[in-house]
Amino acid sequence: MCLSVPAKILSIEGEMAQCSVGGAIVEASLQMVTAEGIEPGDYVLLHTGFALQKISEEEAHVSLNLFNEFEDFNIRLDEEEKADRQYFG
Amino acid sequence: MQYIDEFRDREKIISLVNRIRFESRKPMRIMEVCGGHTMAIHRFGIPSLLPGHIQLISGPGCPVCVTDRRFIDHAIAFSRQPDVIITTYGDLIKVPGSSSSLEREKAARADIRIVYSILDALTIAKKNRRKKIVFLGIGFETTAPGTAAGIIKAQMAGLFNFYVLSAHKVMPPAMSAIIQQGVPINGYLGPGHVSTITGSAMYEFIPDKYNMGVVISGFEPLDILQSIYMLVRQHEANQPKVEIQYSRVVRPEGNSQALELMNEVFELRDDWWRGLGVLPQSGLAIQQKYADFDAEKQFNIEIEPTREDKACICGDVLKGIASPADCRLFGKACTPTDPVGACMVSNEGACAAFFRYRKTAAE
Ligand code: SF4
Repeated sequence: MCLSVPAKILSIEGEMAQCSVGGAIVEASLQMVTAEGIEPGDYVLLHTGFALQKISEEEAHVSLNLFNEFEDFNIRLDEEEKADRQYFG
Repeated sequence: MQYIDEFRDREKIISLVNRIRFESRKPMRIMEVCGGHTMAIHRFGIPSLLPGHIQLISGPGCPVCVTDRRFIDHAIAFSRQPDVIITTYGDLIKVPGSSSSLEREKAARADIRIVYSILDALTIAKKNRRKKIVFLGIGFETTAPGTAAGIIKAQMAGLFNFYVLSAHKVMPPAMSAIIQQGVPINGYLGPGHVSTITGSAMYEFIPDKYNMGVVISGFEPLDILQSIYMLVRQHEANQPKVEIQYSRVVRPEGNSQALELMNEVFELRDDWWRGLGVLPQSGLAIQQKYADFDAEKQFNIEIEPTREDKACICGDVLKGIASPADCRLFGKACTPTDPVGACMVSNEGACAAFFRYRKTAAE
């Protein structure tokens, strides 16, 4: 029941929005996020019929970029390991 | 789907795991206090990715699991009243009460309806003006604002046949009780959805008072691993603090509109938690000004004496001092289809998550 899922806003009518959750269409109240200026196309976190927060695209990309850095670090580690192996034969 | 697949990338998971292995030296016990995390951790097999000295333990984060058996008995007593329709989230239906469950009452013809949202319960109240609609309100700060919104809507629409039985709770008192009761942990994986509402400031007392870090985490594998990594770094540097990993959803200040709703309708009271006992100012009662909608105040009915199953160690599991595997009923007398304790009922319960995903892992 604590299940909260990202949902894409399809259309808005008054306080209610039609959202898509993994292909399924559900209704949600935007009552708690009116201050966020939600528009169709935005993603929100949905919980028991209410949008709890707008999902920030910018922040999502900050996180994803960070993961890329970890990947770079990993490649570097691999290379160092290879170099070590060559050095020590 | 957007913001899900990207956070499950295999290559990135491997590199993050390597990074954790590279930097972590000191043994660590990390507790998650959100049922959604418990489920995700087991589903994605996170424990098997971590070095042996980092242990993940489940805490009291499943609202169904920590709820008093008396609440279920209360709901069952309501369902036996004439003209009452019980509306509830699906998770509660199988939870055993002292001598019955809502599922059994439903089979015995009680009018019990599963709803996804309190808004659906209001629709039922509108269509059945002659009946009394009782909504079972459980959940933490994530869910309580919705219940508050529902009560306010009922008042505005003059739906005086609508009642809420509240077992809503707030998370911080449980997080301090865990530490005070001596459960050995070194940091918290902070509850992502609770924090969406509350923000991060309410956890500041944990590093301040207990010298322990809190990282508010998302629910995808990369989110959880990154949060663990952040906790590892804090722990290695001996610099505990509150950090937000789940920044695409959680703002430091939370959601003030939701908090306003919650504060308008509810007030804090002492409440009982399975495993932890009575915690001061940890439950949410409906304020007097909304007493018309408070099922506790509007119905005067007798509830049977509460009986607990002695063999169920769910309380210790919720406190993080026992694993579901330590329970002698686990997987034998107690399974998700025929649960003995609440921890086996909800998908977010530690016993249910353990049962479902350990089994698939073994296959
Ligand atoms: S396995 Fe069942 S009986 Fe055992 S602790 Fe978990 S819920 Fe209780």
